Amino acid sequence: MTMTAPGPVPLALTVNGSPLARMVAPRTTLADFLRTELELTATHVGCEMGACGACLVLLDGVPVHSCLVFAVQAEGQQVETVEGLVARGALARLQDAFHARNALQCGFCTPGMLVNAHALLERGGVPDREEIRDALSGNYCRCTGYEAIVDAIEAAARAERGEGGAR
Amino acid sequence: MNAPTVFGKPDRPSPEAGRPDAHAGPHVGAPLPRPSAKRLLAGRGTYVTDIKLPRMLHAAFVRAPFAHARITRIDVAAARAAPGVALVATGEDLARLCTPWVGTLDHFQGMKSAPQLPLPLERVTWSGQAVVAVVAESRAAAEDACELVEVEYEELAVLADLDGALAPDAPAIAPGFADNVCFRSVVEKGEVEALFAAAAHVVETEMTFGRHTGVTLEPRALIADFDASERRLTVHHATQTPFQFQDIYARHYGLPEARVRVVAPDVGGSFGIKLHVYHEDMAVIGLAMLAGRPVKYVADRLEAFVSDIHARDHRVRAKAAVDADGRVLAIAAQDETAIGPFSTYPRTSAVEGNQVIRLIGAPYRLEAYRGELKVVFQNKTQTSQYRAVGHPIACAVTEHLMDRAAARLGLDPFDIRARNLIPDDAYPCASPTGYQFEKLSHEACLGRLRALMDYERLRAEQAAARARGIYRGIGIAAFVEITNPTPAFYGVGGARISAQDGAVITVTPSGEVRCTISVTEQGQGTEAIIGQIVADYLGVSRDVVRVITGDTETTPHGGATWACRGAGIGGETALQAAKKLKANVLALAAAILQAQPCDLDLVDGAVRDAGGGAVRLALAEVARIAYFRSDTLPPGIEAQLTVAHHYAPKGYPFAFTNGVHGCHVEVDTETGLVKILKHFVVEDCGRIINPLLVEEQVRGGVVQGLGAAFFEECRYDGNGQLLNGSLADYLVPMACEMPDIVIAHMETPTRDTELGAKGCGEAGTAASAAAALNAVNDALAPHGALLTQIPMTPARLLKALGTI
Repeated sequence: MTMTAPGPVPLALTVNGSPLARMVAPRTTLADFLRTELELTATHVGCEMGACGACLVLLDGVPVHSCLVFAVQAEGQQVETVEGLVARGALARLQDAFHARNALQCGFCTPGMLVNAHALLERGGVPDREEIRDALSGNYCRCTGYEAIVDAIEAAARAERGEGGAR
Repeated sequence: MNAPTVFGKPDRPSPEAGRPDAHAGPHVGAPLPRPSAKRLLAGRGTYVTDIKLPRMLHAAFVRAPFAHARITRIDVAAARAAPGVALVATGEDLARLCTPWVGTLDHFQGMKSAPQLPLPLERVTWSGQAVVAVVAESRAAAEDACELVEVEYEELAVLADLDGALAPDAPAIAPGFADNVCFRSVVEKGEVEALFAAAAHVVETEMTFGRHTGVTLEPRALIADFDASERRLTVHHATQTPFQFQDIYARHYGLPEARVRVVAPDVGGSFGIKLHVYHEDMAVIGLAMLAGRPVKYVADRLEAFVSDIHARDHRVRAKAAVDADGRVLAIAAQDETAIGPFSTYPRTSAVEGNQVIRLIGAPYRLEAYRGELKVVFQNKTQTSQYRAVGHPIACAVTEHLMDRAAARLGLDPFDIRARNLIPDDAYPCASPTGYQFEKLSHEACLGRLRALMDYERLRAEQAAARARGIYRGIGIAAFVEITNPTPAFYGVGGARISAQDGAVITVTPSGEVRCTISVTEQGQGTEAIIGQIVADYLGVSRDVVRVITGDTETTPHGGATWACRGAGIGGETALQAAKKLKANVLALAAAILQAQPCDLDLVDGAVRDAGGGAVRLALAEVARIAYFRSDTLPPGIEAQLTVAHHYAPKGYPFAFTNGVHGCHVEVDTETGLVKILKHFVVEDCGRIINPLLVEEQVRGGVVQGLGAAFFEECRYDGNGQLLNGSLADYLVPMACEMPDIVIAHMETPTRDTELGAKGCGEAGTAASAAAALNAVNDALAPHGALLTQIPMTPARLLKALGTI
């Protein structure tokens, strides 16, 4: 027999810069909360165990697997999804480089890739290809073969430093 | 890094003198980024998993814990009473609505498979099979209620390996079956036995290939919405083949075809996975009918592992007869492949093995060949077509034999292949298994690969590294790939799977262009290349061409995108439609200008004097007159700014492509870990429409093949239980493990179409595992170790080395 799920509890947090308050079942993951309750569907769910990286969001500026975080754990914190990052232009160079290099096919992994790549580039400097591949080691892409993604992130890092556009 | 520095046209020599297609449009052949990628990069993709419909319910399934068992009791009373539950359905409930299906094809003589229903009536036949469906207000409520369903089983004997299923006393997989062989076949040509008896050398092998699966990042998903008032069914379905499912849902649920609409929005990867009939998916149609409300089902990752089709579970015994000069005269192969408890519908579980025995040896001049196939039932997840169907097995067997023969004779791997590949001047010709080759470029590709790899340097480095106790290996593998299939693939077998495609193109009132077409998009860039083709052959900028795919209600019926047919068949459809529309535009413009159509041309959105002359009339002006001022047209002139065109491939039954891979690895003989240093591909997919897309298709394909070579395997225990149904346990290739992949092209267009394009989607997967296997064996050679099994896990490597 299953136990009856506990009833909803209050949750207050900031998502993409907007403070909001909702009632949420304690067992709801942050990924499900974002996708279902807030209809922020750029965040994807691929494995529900933190292996594939499709659900990465920024929690207080740090990439986390939103499938491994309960929504209630984000109480009082700042959540930023790809929708928010795109709206404030934080991903523009990455978006341009991914587009030019065709660093995506089906696009399902792409939001997670962008969140992770954004965090990598925020560290500053131009990471080398090994560093980029290492940073992406938790982001599964079945379509591209990864090379174009590595190229695009490298190109975006160079563009960030004014070293010329995507190559 | 080997990405193009600027996205200029890459260096692509053709083995033929001159390019056969002189058309000089600015788009076809150019490495243009995909327009739709911007939407996906903005987080604006709309996958089925993202879609919410008003009053939508959610389905979850109670699944079988045993691989084979009789259902003795089902009690759903508590689940029906659970909070938020709208409906609980068993096999009987759905069998009243849905007729059974059987996964056989008429041209596979003697094939057998038991009838299937959405949910079982009496027996479960694989572990993880859906048994009872629960539909509720949320997925969580449905899953909660699933735990309240009581099902009792009586366990039955399980068929969990090839030998057990083939044993004379094995229990039958289905009532009334005399044995557990779904299908057997033999292809034979020439004096096989005599050549083996007289051969200077015979090399033999037995190879084992691990069962693996597609692991699309977006799992299978659909939403069925049935309007009982009009008996109209709408299905939002993450699929490659909306028309096939329109037909299947209509026939099995007794609905008029015109009242079934299947919409495939953004699809999060497919690779062949999302074109088969799945029991849960069929159930969801019936559940929506029973509920009278939309019902959504999204497989979670464990459900995907136990219900998405598996593939490539093969054991092949093969031998080659070789003369004293290293000419391979004959190959004989026996393939036994383990499928599920029935053959998958509607494409069957026999096509893969059938292609294995027909593709073995295909790049080479053989005097004789015999291939024998046994397709064997198992109490495991069903198997069927996954990217590069059969090719990786056939290629690995062939190329392993080539390396064994080379080793026996002391020949270099390049040398033995050069002695045996079908010469580039031998076409047209046929393989011993009856495949007809229009024109391939094996020799040119082999030569190109040697230069691309800098082979002599790699060999010198290998020797130097060995002296330091570092073991590197170089492997090569040639392949042919089946693309552009005619009705010979499915239609002749009775399957209602279209070999033709259709396009409707319109010049809109603003002089822009709208193309609806039956080929579909799963990220490979179908819409992008169709836009390029329409732009060039109509004579407009791609920026004004809108391409619409993936909806049976708004696009013409067609085969859609699978088996490498999107570019070759869909592209030719678009090309011919665009030419037809251009003729209509010029006829209308000629009437307006009081000129002859043959004196006019449409270039970059403007009607001009033919031969690069002056602009006479903008296309937008032609459209304005046609739509809004038809009264000003001369008498008898009717504007026809919409055309439809259907195209089915004719001529050769398939447009074969070819290529060769090289793999460079370093093996750590202490840990059994392999580092893939670099992978090389030279491929010839005919005329290239967009090299940027082709290259990333090939790279993605290579990585899927390397996944099979080193990581991916659905592991079962002796009771038919899947042991690794999660992304933590089933290993997929990740960025940190994959090498940069160097790609070069040859271009041998098919003359069966005006476009000249063939497919490129399987080229990466077809040969990468074979090249990797040969590379690892090359690295292990100094240790006298040999691997004949993939995936090449560290444990298997250490066993081959005798360490464990």
